[in-house]
Amino acid sequence: MLDIAVMKEEVTKILDHYKGKTYKSRKDHVLVVDSSEAPQEIVADCRTVPGIITERGCCYAGCKGVVVGPLKDTVALTHGPIGCGYYSWLTRRNKARMNEGDKHNYLPYCFSTDMQETDVVFGGEKKLRQAITEIVDIFNPPSIMICSTCPVGLIGDDIQAVARWSQEQFGIQTIAYGCEGYKGVSQSAGHHIANNGLYKNVIGTGTDPSVKKKYSVNILGEYNIGGDGWEIERMLHSLGYTILSIMSGDGSVARLRNAHFADLNLVQCHRSTNYNAELLRETYGTDWIKVNFLGVRATIKALRDMALYFGDPELITRTEEFIYGELEAIEPEIEKYKAVCQGKTVALFVGGSRANHFQGLFEEIGMETVLAGFEFAHRDDYEGREVIPFIKENADNKNIENITGQPDEKMYRLLLSKEKFEELNKEMEINYFKGMIKIMTDGSVVVDDINHYEMESFMKVLKPDLFGSGIKEKYVIHKMGTLSKQIHSYDYSGPFAGFKGAVVFAHDVAMGLTTPVWKLIKPKWRRDAAPERTLAEVL
Amino acid sequence: MLDHTPKEIKERKAVVINPAKTCQPLGATYAALGIHRCLPHSHGSQGCQMYFRGHLNRHFREPAEASTSSFTEGASVFGGMANLKTAINNVFHIYDPDMIAIHTTCLSETIGDDLPTIIRSSEKPEGKYIIHANTPSYVGSHILGFANMTAAAIRYLSAKTGAPNGKILLVPGFVNPGDMREIKRIMKAMGVDYTMLPDTTGVMDAPLTGNYHIFPDGGTRIEDIIDAGNCLATVALGQFASGAAARELENRCGVAPHIMDTPMSIDVMDDFLMLLSRLTGREIPAELEEERGQIIDIMADLHQHYFGKRVALFGDPDIMIGLTGFLLELGMIPAFVLTGSPSNDFEKRVNALLAKAGVAGRAKAAGDLFALHQWIKNEPVDLLIGNTYGKYIARAEDIPFVRVGFPIMDRGVHSYQPVVGYRGLMRLLELMGNALLERQERDAKDEDIELIM
Repeated sequence: MLDIAVMKEEVTKILDHYKGKTYKSRKDHVLVVDSSEAPQEIVADCRTVPGIITERGCCYAGCKGVVVGPLKDTVALTHGPIGCGYYSWLTRRNKARMNEGDKHNYLPYCFSTDMQETDVVFGGEKKLRQAITEIVDIFNPPSIMICSTCPVGLIGDDIQAVARWSQEQFGIQTIAYGCEGYKGVSQSAGHHIANNGLYKNVIGTGTDPSVKKKYSVNILGEYNIGGDGWEIERMLHSLGYTILSIMSGDGSVARLRNAHFADLNLVQCHRSTNYNAELLRETYGTDWIKVNFLGVRATIKALRDMALYFGDPELITRTEEFIYGELEAIEPEIEKYKAVCQGKTVALFVGGSRANHFQGLFEEIGMETVLAGFEFAHRDDYEGREVIPFIKENADNKNIENITGQPDEKMYRLLLSKEKFEELNKEMEINYFKGMIKIMTDGSVVVDDINHYEMESFMKVLKPDLFGSGIKEKYVIHKMGTLSKQIHSYDYSGPFAGFKGAVVFAHDVAMGLTTPVWKLIKPKWRRDAAPERTLAEVL
Repeated sequence: MLDHTPKEIKERKAVVINPAKTCQPLGATYAALGIHRCLPHSHGSQGCQMYFRGHLNRHFREPAEASTSSFTEGASVFGGMANLKTAINNVFHIYDPDMIAIHTTCLSETIGDDLPTIIRSSEKPEGKYIIHANTPSYVGSHILGFANMTAAAIRYLSAKTGAPNGKILLVPGFVNPGDMREIKRIMKAMGVDYTMLPDTTGVMDAPLTGNYHIFPDGGTRIEDIIDAGNCLATVALGQFASGAAARELENRCGVAPHIMDTPMSIDVMDDFLMLLSRLTGREIPAELEEERGQIIDIMADLHQHYFGKRVALFGDPDIMIGLTGFLLELGMIPAFVLTGSPSNDFEKRVNALLAKAGVAGRAKAAGDLFALHQWIKNEPVDLLIGNTYGKYIARAEDIPFVRVGFPIMDRGVHSYQPVVGYRGLMRLLELMGNALLERQERDAKDEDIELIM
């Protein structure tokens, strides 16, 4: 339906508005999908052009806000002026609850050293030590995570030394993340720093192998937005899987310690957790598979891949029966909403995984994705992991520590024999992610690190019926008279994961498209007068 | 809910838990959005502008566009001049605002970027403006940032030409467009010509027409800010958010500053109208006196719903002082009045209001919600008033809760409605009365349910 040549021309027109360096910086972040040119290359994970009105955030947001923040049994202490801690306080929808045996949930709390001018001038370590002392005195938490903000790195506070001091002084594990906002080029650097911290200090520290039961898995990159993680847990539990840990929605440090006991890692958000998926594979021999529990077909594929990996005929049968039962329950509902959504188009600009994950959900209700882009993805999220060896290091990402795992002498084990692995690898993708471009149709547009100007321009050209993104874009789109759905927060609905979640999603989209307000935008006195017909004309 | 908050209070010197303030740049961004065709620019890391925009989006449910210098590690080491110059070029070329309002961040302040020098050496198209405010995040709060950016607009632009314009410069404070519209209505009813700075009406409450433009119709006109130097007086509502602008205009152009409280009580509303009347010679119209009489009528008729109720309130300092005055006029007890913003004056001001009314209460500046929650645990209250974050305390302690202030992210329409002026007071009365009575009914036995209350 989309014309490749026409789209390429439109993209050229949009980019031509830029001058000089800005044009050079932006031109390779946008492409029109054209399978005749496959594999197509895109530029990603590069500096944002200053002044361009980016939708991106910072390293701190990726570390504290995304990966570390959702861990409920730890005190995430922001070391810096008040803003960073304040803005990341409960604003992301990583739901958590106290499950049986849980004693800690610090998610409704925001902890900050609230640095003042004197701290910036004379150093903030003293205040950080005092803050930790007070936290221990009041809460006595099982662990503390120090997350630093811009000035901390600039004035040279040694947060690692303070973490060591805290650990010795109080016997409470204290992990320091040097996730100053200026590091890297987006939230992505923060994900990496958080992964590193958790890998070095938490994962593998569990010592009780009895937690491991049949078919033990970890779910990496599932943040329990709107309860997605709970719906995934429901499905996996009813199929007989054991979930050792979730990184990190409704997750806990206590459970993450045991991640190395798992038989298989499931990677939902590849961007934010592929580091630990790989480190677990290198250190403990655990394979990972890329799953996507958003979308009915994607969920089915994930469940089938999992069963196939373990290769137990009973598990495979149980999986098929489960899928059949779930499908039977949801299909009439989905069909009802599909009737409303069929033939509509959608543009998606989200994070580093969701613009990919949600395409199937939309397709299943008859909606075509005409544009998709990521805020902070890397080339592998667009092009597939095969591109990783060819990604060039740049001045911004080379300072982010890149850890390689060494096989653990005692714990390294391969679940599959080499032959079995080779055989399975033909039927499913193991330790691999194919990226987003390959699933997109010719003529659709891929935009990395979109900015306000490009978003406005593409809205005019593509005229999608729905724009899926975040809060910063949402009301711009609404002002244009077009429906916008927040794909980060689900507009406070959900869960969208799994079979049941797909129904909630379909309902929400159909509701948004149907709500009468869109027809009321033009006042009656500005509408084209419909010709009044009288009976007399016909009689 | 908030299960880890103990009743026992221990002294804290360092850790802030559950803040009741945020950083300067957010306030600077909000103030800049209130200038017509002005793009706020954050000279710092990308995350800063993402956070301010997201927060403003959620409170107003409106777009809040702002650009950023997108600092990287290199820029943090070598200074942000190159980034800012590139940003200025791009903003003017791509978005064509009439003005860029740059605020600093903790990052650019720590490395000491010299904004005036960078701005002077930047290319700027003919007829366009660049202003800046220093807003280090480690000083003050979002209210100081709002005050600093408002004052910066005057510092950069306002000029006295010797041709008095007979207008009042009205600085409304960090309030909603709903409040600003109410203040404008009062000015109109008084027949007073004015310039409001900043003015987020038509920006942060813009209509949905299907025709989007990055710069909506609202906002203070730049020519009016320039002309502010010819105003006959400044009326600044709220000393914390608006005082700086009034003092700046006095220093630059000799315009007399009149700094008063946010008009959220009968007493302050009377003062406000009398001040306008005194400054302009206009008589207070019957229309406003009638409104005043209506409020007094309601307060007399319903005093039993409010009298003696203990209230905990938290929020921005000007709003807290205004609201404390009104609660006292209702015979309520402002048991705890807390702001997160640091201030030497706040506690004195609130304590003076309490003392004048002969009511015992506790005022706290630079406080946090963890402390407020602990006080409430020790000395329970009947009502909690504050921003969205209050709902966690309200739920934990099962207290009726009224949302007033910034941010309110879990309810709609509030930003269109005033809490200032007589109409604002009427709305506050309804919100508080409903919350208290609904709680009474929720807890009542069947036989105690009253048809008429």
